[in-house]
Amino acid sequence: MSQSEVKLLEVKDVEKIFNVNISTFKKKDLHALNKVSFDIYKGTTLSLVGESGCGKTTVGKVILGLYQATEGSVIFRDKDIAKLGPSQRDNVQKDIQMIFQDPYSSLNPRKKIKTILEQPLKIHTKMTKEERKEAILSLCDDVGIDYSYLERYPHQFSGGQRQRIAIARAMMLKPELILADEPISALDVSIQAQILNLMMDLQEKYNSTMLFITHDISVVKHISDYIAVMYLGEIVEYASKKELFANPQHPYTKMLFSTVPDIHTPLATESVLKTGEIQSPIDLPIGCFFQNRCLYKDKNCELEHPDLTDLGENHLARCPRIGSF
Amino acid sequence: MALLEVKNLKTYFFTRSGVIKSVDGTSFSIEKGEILGIVGESGAGKSITGFSILGLIDPPGKIVEGEINFDGRDLVKLSQDELQKIRGNEISIIFQDPQTSLNPVISIGKQLMETILYHRKGVSKKEAYNSCVEILKTVGLPAAEKRMKSYPHQLSGGMKQRVVIAMALLNNPKLLIADEPTTALDVTIQAQILYLMKKLSKDFHSALILITHDIAVVSQLCDKIAVMYAGRIVEYGSKEDVIFNPLHPYTKGLIECLPKLNDDKKRLYQIPGIMPSLLGLPEGCYFKDRCEFADEQCDVYPPRQEIDKRIVFCHKVK
Repeated sequence: MSQSEVKLLEVKDVEKIFNVNISTFKKKDLHALNKVSFDIYKGTTLSLVGESGCGKTTVGKVILGLYQATEGSVIFRDKDIAKLGPSQRDNVQKDIQMIFQDPYSSLNPRKKIKTILEQPLKIHTKMTKEERKEAILSLCDDVGIDYSYLERYPHQFSGGQRQRIAIARAMMLKPELILADEPISALDVSIQAQILNLMMDLQEKYNSTMLFITHDISVVKHISDYIAVMYLGEIVEYASKKELFANPQHPYTKMLFSTVPDIHTPLATESVLKTGEIQSPIDLPIGCFFQNRCLYKDKNCELEHPDLTDLGENHLARCPRIGSF
Repeated sequence: MALLEVKNLKTYFFTRSGVIKSVDGTSFSIEKGEILGIVGESGAGKSITGFSILGLIDPPGKIVEGEINFDGRDLVKLSQDELQKIRGNEISIIFQDPQTSLNPVISIGKQLMETILYHRKGVSKKEAYNSCVEILKTVGLPAAEKRMKSYPHQLSGGMKQRVVIAMALLNNPKLLIADEPTTALDVTIQAQILYLMKKLSKDFHSALILITHDIAVVSQLCDKIAVMYAGRIVEYGSKEDVIFNPLHPYTKGLIECLPKLNDDKKRLYQIPGIMPSLLGLPEGCYFKDRCEFADEQCDVYPPRQEIDKRIVFCHKVK
């Protein structure tokens, strides 16, 4: 984290606990987020990486106001929005926009594309009809949507085109912060590259800031400036992209790297079967959350929950045994 | 002789808006114990190829031409009753989404045992139960006996996929078709499942057809690769050839646009445009509108060329 840059968003010790039914008469706490803290700097991209169930989408929803944090604060433009719903956020809301994973369910099937794109302008701005039309057309050029698409309905488009429309909708208000939740994982490989390149071009043009949420660590290399790896509701490693890819430290990050399929590496060996699955966030273990899947575990890991420690150059990792394996 | 030989298979769907040629003249073969990967984008016809082998094409779809020779029989000519005896027995399939391929209101054990009791007459329930527990252990499901009583919603995605794989292997099939078996799973679980499938297909001497959009997965697992585009195979050959020396521009593009861990450039290579709709295929080569080498020669569909045991359909490959 270079201090010269301007903080746009500050997430501080955010906790989110859901009280879930585990049987008819019994409820338990599900710790979706455990003291998550990070900053996002203006004009940069932070990627949150982790498996399903690690809480990465919950972070996005708390920032967007779809969930209210149980504890902690989310500071955006000097205002704590962690416990405010979308309607209580006044003019903050229009500066945070979201791109969802599935372009099939995120566009209203009964509305024409032009109506979908116009909606944010109608709600958040005082533009006249003419101005709105102009704004839509100029964004269509940026995103690569043909003008003739505007009169059509979402079902007439392929996944990649729909995702372009969803991106256009998110960019309509020129938001300061874009939350992209797995924006390419529902798309074909050849389309993924197109959408990733488009998002990078738009970010450059509008100098927007992005929180990119994904489970695929191979994708984040191209788009991120900083990367936070999450496991069971907490950040286990944080570093700049360059540092993390050159020098991953936490055993979980190493495991993620080793399991990415790549044409130049052979299939993982027998040891991959020992890595198990993510455990339930109900009844978290006392010690390190990663202990039951860790290849380097020792006795201490069961007793003490490790803190995020600085390894220098703003490379943070949550493991006391780094350097000893 | 090959275990499975598909010859000039054509599966068309006769819809109100026109004839959709989902699979249009594909040919490939697979030997015992071999792993074949079929790669392509959604709509390329790779799943329909798999379904055709099992006779799972419902109207308005129909296999209009071609042969599927499996172990001395032409599957296209068999009746549904005869196919029913083959499905889940000699050929089994693993679907993409383990959530929907298991029945939510029947216990895992009952679903597994059904597979045995249906196909193998004279096997007692006790014997069936024991082989089910055995196979669950083989696929690495912890506490197998306990899991026999569980219902699908009590298991995680990775565990469910293991159950589905176990079910597919129960009758020791000669051929296993896996349709995007890991797409719904996390990368860490994907690595486990892929390892397991490779190991089990070796142990059981089954041939495996892996259908996926992910060329990286295919390259890690398969012996042979067929690349499909808009209903036709455009390149077909051994893994080494197709991955490390791709000839067809589409295959080259697919490999090039993968995000790579050890690559520093910022922008990704992209194949322009999208796959044409199967209702409005262009004259000539289907890939020409996205291809950087295309010229007037490509207005005619390229002929089949065989270069060092590799089959490729492209005018520009010499």
